[in-house]
Amino acid sequence: MSIGHTLLGLLESGPRHGYDLKRAFDEHFGQDRPLHYGQVYSTMSRLLKNGLVEVDGIEAGAGPERKRYAITDAGVTDVAQWLHRPEKPEPYLQSTLYTKVVLALLTGRDAAELLDTQRTEHLRLMRGLTERKRKGDLADQLICDHALFHLEADLRWLELTAARLDKLAQAVNA
Amino acid sequence: MTPEGSILSGEGLHKHYGRTPALDGADFSIHPGEVVAVLGPSGSGKSTLLHCLAGIVRPDSGSVRYDGRELTTLPDAERSALRRRDFGFVFQFGQLVPELTCLENVALPLRLNGAKRKAAEATAREWLARLEVDDVHGKRPGEISGGQGQRVAVARALAGHPRVLFADEPTGALDSLNGERVMTLLADAARDTHAAVVLVTHESRVAAYSDREVTVRDGRVKEPLAGL
Repeated sequence: MSIGHTLLGLLESGPRHGYDLKRAFDEHFGQDRPLHYGQVYSTMSRLLKNGLVEVDGIEAGAGPERKRYAITDAGVTDVAQWLHRPEKPEPYLQSTLYTKVVLALLTGRDAAELLDTQRTEHLRLMRGLTERKRKGDLADQLICDHALFHLEADLRWLELTAARLDKLAQAVNA
Repeated sequence: MTPEGSILSGEGLHKHYGRTPALDGADFSIHPGEVVAVLGPSGSGKSTLLHCLAGIVRPDSGSVRYDGRELTTLPDAERSALRRRDFGFVFQFGQLVPELTCLENVALPLRLNGAKRKAAEATAREWLARLEVDDVHGKRPGEISGGQGQRVAVARALAGHPRVLFADEPTGALDSLNGERVMTLLADAARDTHAAVVLVTHESRVAAYSDREVTVRDGRVKEPLAGL
């Protein structure tokens, strides 16, 4: 995820302090990985330097000064371009699992057992996500669904590979 | 796997259809209130396992024990009575009686077990509401959607408070959203009533509603490796 673009996008609705930005980020996107304050301030310095945000005001208090940031026109253009640029689909061509299966076959180990073990691990994670979905709000459901669909795809691959293990063994040992 | 404390177990189950082996020494057990997913590729024997455990099909050899009783040697009439009284069933298609309304469909197993019509229909109404289809009670199965029909079928399967629910690809004919809702409602209702659920599925997302999974391969049941 591009934290810079996300923070810029959050600034489009109006100027915010660094603390508000972190709170908004965590609320929408940080369920599993909340943002560190350090990340917010280092990202804002970079955006300032690049002219994508500006300091809208400074509040002096008992602690350190609190800067309020606002997005610039260049920042709005940058967010719009980022939003409209499609993400590169993950090609999934370098699969550790595939490597493990082939190595198991090459070394005479039980590749079927390896696939079964992986299925159990995937299903364990899917159970946790399903439970979280059951108790969560719509945002939680969508986040979990994204993960569940990817895990499901992995499991289909595991099934297909399990069904083709004999052929694969012949091919790699030929 | 120890069948100790289990409500239903199968041991050393063999079943052939002609020369084709469907089960080849399958073992299985389930505890009250547990949801167990039975996974496996097509033709692996998972539906045959369910049919043997439910007393629908008699295995060629092996034992099926339900609540301390051997099912394989029970006379047909007694097995049918037990199935009606203690088991519930949800399949992929075609389980509702087309001539009856949805309410009558849900009330049917209760009526067959001796409940008076009013009492049976009151219970049926409660289950239709629980499955979020209380608006279809006067309609016939042909007048409702597939998702609604499957919810009615789940209501019918659970209305008699079965001790074991057998579900064979219960969401196989549904889209993702309907399938998920049916699974959530089914799993919640089964856990509330402490019913054991044998859930046959080839969909991992459906299996994720279970407490644990077993895999059927070449007619044998494989448990996840210990410690995982």
